Amino acid sequence: MIRFLLTVLAGLLLGGVVHLVSVLALPYISSQDAYSRLARITPINAVTALPPADPDHAPIPFLDPAFANAICRYDLSSGPIKLAVPVSQAYTSVSFYTNNDIAYYAINDRSAGRKVIELDLMTEAQHAAVPEDEEITAADRLIVDSPTATGLIVLKALAADPGLMAQAQASLAAATCKVQGDAPAKPSDRPQARR
Amino acid sequence: MRLILTTALILVLAAVVGLGTTWMTSTRGTDLGTLTIGAWTARPRSGTTEINPYARAVIIRSGELPIGTGDGIAFIANTDDSKRPLDGRCDIKVDGITPPARFWTLTLYDAKGRLVANTLQRYGFTSEEIVRNADGSFAIRIASRARAGNWLPTGGIERYQLVLRLYDTPVGIATRTQRDAPMPAITTVGCP
Repeated sequence: MIRFLLTVLAGLLLGGVVHLVSVLALPYISSQDAYSRLARITPINAVTALPPADPDHAPIPFLDPAFANAICRYDLSSGPIKLAVPVSQAYTSVSFYTNNDIAYYAINDRSAGRKVIELDLMTEAQHAAVPEDEEITAADRLIVDSPTATGLIVLKALAADPGLMAQAQASLAAATCKVQGDAPAKPSDRPQARR
Repeated sequence: MRLILTTALILVLAAVVGLGTTWMTSTRGTDLGTLTIGAWTARPRSGTTEINPYARAVIIRSGELPIGTGDGIAFIANTDDSKRPLDGRCDIKVDGITPPARFWTLTLYDAKGRLVANTLQRYGFTSEEIVRNADGSFAIRIASRARAGNWLPTGGIERYQLVLRLYDTPVGIATRTQRDAPMPAITTVGCP
């Protein structure tokens, strides 16, 4: 009897270990998470408009149907990304996710405070390689550090009523998400002259 | 022989218990780090890198992207204020005011996070299109048949959930109570 109880106890303890390991491993083995789903339909380092959410097909669940959405799936291995998103009439936001769907940064049009949300996305190593004086002269440029080399940028524009959806989509269609040349090696090569 | 049986029992038990609890927590979620106001529940840390492993498991399993903290916060309700599950065949009222935010949206999803088909193609309301009372409060009627005023159709599905998303809002990790974030009440008015 005691032997049986010990067996059960050992099973429960090992079950606890299995539970912890499986919860922690889930993000790394799932193929149904948002990043994996969107990776199948989006090219790398380009802005892709998502179709408006509707009951029959939504690229991912729980999308807000009041928003126009676009995705830039990035890969920083060939250099930092330069993102420019024109602000729409109502509300525009840019959210950053790692390749494991962790939201590490988000900014909206008001905190960006401009007509265009402009920022540079780079890994911590690339950020460290940016010459310091340049960082000062370009102080009005926002730099975001990505914890992973790949991930997602989600661009959203609110259509405050359904009639404004076309306008919201049009403002996102003008957004760009590009690798910025061979930077950050040579500061003079950077296409930063505008503004 | 006995050793093999014992080992097999331990392994089977461990697999059932371990994977079973993982499945339960990643499907239903846990109360870790939740902010509950009335029938509404939010996970303010899900939009940050401090998200807990259980909340992560839920997000990974459902395939959604959590709303980033610099963007806003999402409150979910599966039941009315008296803990009764939201039923699409019933007549349900959502009324009151919302916490301060530049914009908000209220959306109706089925249990898996899909929008619910209806002839009006109305899946929710935004703060701009809602019809308000003179004092700024509003009332939304959620029912399968048409209602006067702000009507949100359910398509008659059995279970649904409401998501109230606040955009550009001070509500977040520091929010604790109804006083900081007055959420609208959810009442089941009647069932056929």
